[in-house]
Amino acid sequence: MTALEPVIGLEIHVQLATETKMFCGCRLSFGDEPNSHICPVCLGHPGVLPNVNEQAIVYALMIGEALGCEIAERSTFHRKNYFYPDLPKGYQISQYDHPIAVDGRLGDVRVHRAHLEEDAAKLSHKGASGRIHGSGASVVDFNRGGTPLVEIVSEPDIRSAAQAREWAQLLRATLASLGVSDCNMEEGSLRVDGNVSLRPAGSDELGTKTELKNMNSFRFLERGIEAEIERQRELIESGQEVEQETLHFHPDDGSLTPMRSKEYAHDYRYFPEPDLVPVVPTAEMREAARAALPELPAARKERYLTELDLPEATAASLAFQPELGGFFEDALAANSDATPRAIANWVTGDLVAALREQDLGEDPYRSKAEPREIAALAAMVEGKQVSHSAGKQILAKLAAEGGTAAGVVESEGLAQISDDSEIDAMIDAAIESEPEAADQVRSGNEKAIGRIVGAAMKNSQGRIDGGLAREKILERLG
Amino acid sequence: MPASEEICRLSATELIAGIEAGSFSPAESIEAWAGAMESDDLNAFLWKGVEGGAEQGSGHLSGLPVAIKDIFCTSGIPTTAGSRILEGYKPPYSATAVERLTEAGAGLLGKTNMDEFAMGSSNENSAYGGVSNPWDRTRVPGGSSGGSAAAVAGGLAPCALGTDTGGSIRQPAALCGIVGLKPTYGAISRFGMIAFASSLDQCGPLTRTVADAALLLEVMQGQDQRDSTSVGLEAPIELPSSTDLDGVRFGVPAELVGGDVGIEVGVREVFEQTLSRIEELGGEVAEVTLPHAAHGISAYYVLAPAEASSNLARYDGVRYGLRVEADDLVSMYERTRSEGFGPEVKRRIMLGTYALSSGYYDAYYAQAQKVRTRIAEDFTAAFQGVDFVVTPTSPTVAFPLGARTQDPLSMYLSDFCTVPMSLAGIPAISIPAGLAAPPEGGPELPVGFQIAAPAFGEQDLLEAAHALEMSIGFQRLDQREGEGA
Repeated sequence: MTALEPVIGLEIHVQLATETKMFCGCRLSFGDEPNSHICPVCLGHPGVLPNVNEQAIVYALMIGEALGCEIAERSTFHRKNYFYPDLPKGYQISQYDHPIAVDGRLGDVRVHRAHLEEDAAKLSHKGASGRIHGSGASVVDFNRGGTPLVEIVSEPDIRSAAQAREWAQLLRATLASLGVSDCNMEEGSLRVDGNVSLRPAGSDELGTKTELKNMNSFRFLERGIEAEIERQRELIESGQEVEQETLHFHPDDGSLTPMRSKEYAHDYRYFPEPDLVPVVPTAEMREAARAALPELPAARKERYLTELDLPEATAASLAFQPELGGFFEDALAANSDATPRAIANWVTGDLVAALREQDLGEDPYRSKAEPREIAALAAMVEGKQVSHSAGKQILAKLAAEGGTAAGVVESEGLAQISDDSEIDAMIDAAIESEPEAADQVRSGNEKAIGRIVGAAMKNSQGRIDGGLAREKILERLG
Repeated sequence: MPASEEICRLSATELIAGIEAGSFSPAESIEAWAGAMESDDLNAFLWKGVEGGAEQGSGHLSGLPVAIKDIFCTSGIPTTAGSRILEGYKPPYSATAVERLTEAGAGLLGKTNMDEFAMGSSNENSAYGGVSNPWDRTRVPGGSSGGSAAAVAGGLAPCALGTDTGGSIRQPAALCGIVGLKPTYGAISRFGMIAFASSLDQCGPLTRTVADAALLLEVMQGQDQRDSTSVGLEAPIELPSSTDLDGVRFGVPAELVGGDVGIEVGVREVFEQTLSRIEELGGEVAEVTLPHAAHGISAYYVLAPAEASSNLARYDGVRYGLRVEADDLVSMYERTRSEGFGPEVKRRIMLGTYALSSGYYDAYYAQAQKVRTRIAEDFTAAFQGVDFVVTPTSPTVAFPLGARTQDPLSMYLSDFCTVPMSLAGIPAISIPAGLAAPPEGGPELPVGFQIAAPAFGEQDLLEAAHALEMSIGFQRLDQREGEGA
């Protein structure tokens, strides 16, 4: 049997971080008192009319430009009709056959389209299932209803679960760098659904696809798609057919269950929204959107590789993690002496570790360390004013308490010992404290030198340069 | 100070002139009209209350009460759209058109009866009972703005607001012998007007005179931030003063007025007389062709129900209005909507849902849109040769209550002459042109004359209508009763 090849496309809903909702003046909010940001328009009262949020248009234009899309001269809204308690008008206003942006590319995946729409309200179901069927009661919070969304649809260019995760992360980084969304998967401001099918490797045809929902982290996205690939592989290999359906991912056990057909099978009866005129972005709006684009993650990674000579993994983590990258850029700007590579290593290595230790998430600005001081620290280590291990102590101190690198060196007495006689005395003491190792070195086993260097470092509290210590020990025992 | 009966005999413009001259106060006017409204025995009003308008100097319409079709949201005042599903509903906000009137000093004089969600041509589809035509109480007032038309014709209000989707202002105005104006689509904001068919709905006045229509239009028209499809008129509307039609060209479309389209003999006679009068006033009458206009009704009864099926989805029992409890969500939807909507509304929701369904969209909705475009192009072409297109407003005079309720198609044909203008989005006015006996015999009833103009041609339209109105000298019902008294 020919090997099976996964064909994966992603659909991403991005909540825009505009001041107000897509079609009314209510403020956006997270975690506020339920139903405190509502008005006749977003509640779908009789007689109300939608009014397009211009900021949302500009944000959508920015997304379109960032994804290398063609921007439509004229895009229109449709009504997507279905009944559900989270949809107050009985239809969602969404772009349909004339979306605002089409035919783009991000990294190695083509972007089919990006379109504007409004979010539904938030339903909570009381009862065991957590879904509307079989629940005892349901309550609706309309605060979220009408939040502007951009839906981005990729072409089915993805071939593995890992690639899906990586691409989604690149997309998130790109959107986050634009500042158009909070991009928080757990809070739902970034929602990634997957379309998965399998086909014989090398075939051009597409197999029957399933749609995966509720994967609310990158890890779950990868696990969900992985599980669905396996499920479909088993079906096909045992001669069964894949059924076109929507599957719900359960984060607790990684399982996938079909959503009830009543929850998604609709004839949406799309037709042009008669209450809105077409969106025709002016030249000024398009220019403003282009001008507002920052350096995008893909370009930033390329620059880190070619201009700053950073290692691949370091470049990627700085370019694709906007907060980390921003901190690095600030450190770079404050720096005069250290190499970018040295600064990058401190930021992606010890600083990230310190954040994790202090449980501060992924934003280095939440630690007490100033970018300028991380740059200063990198310069001191490179200039051998302090040892590498002293550098680690200094960084931990900066992250926990702030202050300057020089100040920490001073207060902790971590400056490199430069007086030769003092160094010599410490080397001698170290050799004496490790007689066995000394003998082994004398008899030609250079590996044993590590224990003596370690002793010297320990005695000096890291204030001797490790390389120098090694040299001196060899001199004496050589 | 004149007696209430005298105040209630005045047109809106005369009323305002009387207040300006100090003949009576806004409060006296409001009080007189409140009394008139209270005497309603036509079932013209669904809510009888008065709000504002009595204060001196609060605007140039101070002292003028306006009856409001119950399709306009009025903050804190019951608004039902003639439907059981909105029984007891009090909107948290007011429609822009109503706000503009009250900001100009006008008062609100009750909420008028109507066909449920404006779907109907006889007012018999109201969940709150039909309305009697004040000319003959056994007959319909027309619809859907039947309550507004009956109130003005019956002397219960000096003027009223209506909405017109396919003829809902013009047809009842014609059947009740008053003036009804449907402005250009986009002239007046639709915000707060409960939607029937969004791409066709337009607010307009029902009045005693053409000048009154101009007065109200000017106050209400204008772009509104809350309605993206509103544009307003290019220049302020002035009170019309023309008394002749020198050189003005009127086109008669064979497709709407020809011998085979079911126009009653009496209606046709009045129409022909009015054409002669146009010529006497210096105007020219020519034939024009609107090749697709006869398909207007077919296209309309695809497009309007399609939009309505979506617009009425919000009445789901979740947030406001009627809710009929049930064990699960779908049953609650079904029971609420089954009990909340009347038969005509259900019929149109089903028609519209069908027309938009996957597999049928192209054959129905898309095709109807093409017809609509053609009809608009027909008018554009016709207006190359004439200034106005004229037809009888309604093919018939007011018909007996119950005569057409079992035959939706014959009811739909009431709008045969008015629907094409709605599809084209152009302004049209109906003025009373004379009386004609109904085919089944009985006392003579009013006949309306419809004049349609190019988009945003309201000022010219009002001028022509005014000249004709002056010449016709139609005696309104309130004037006849006043004389008889």
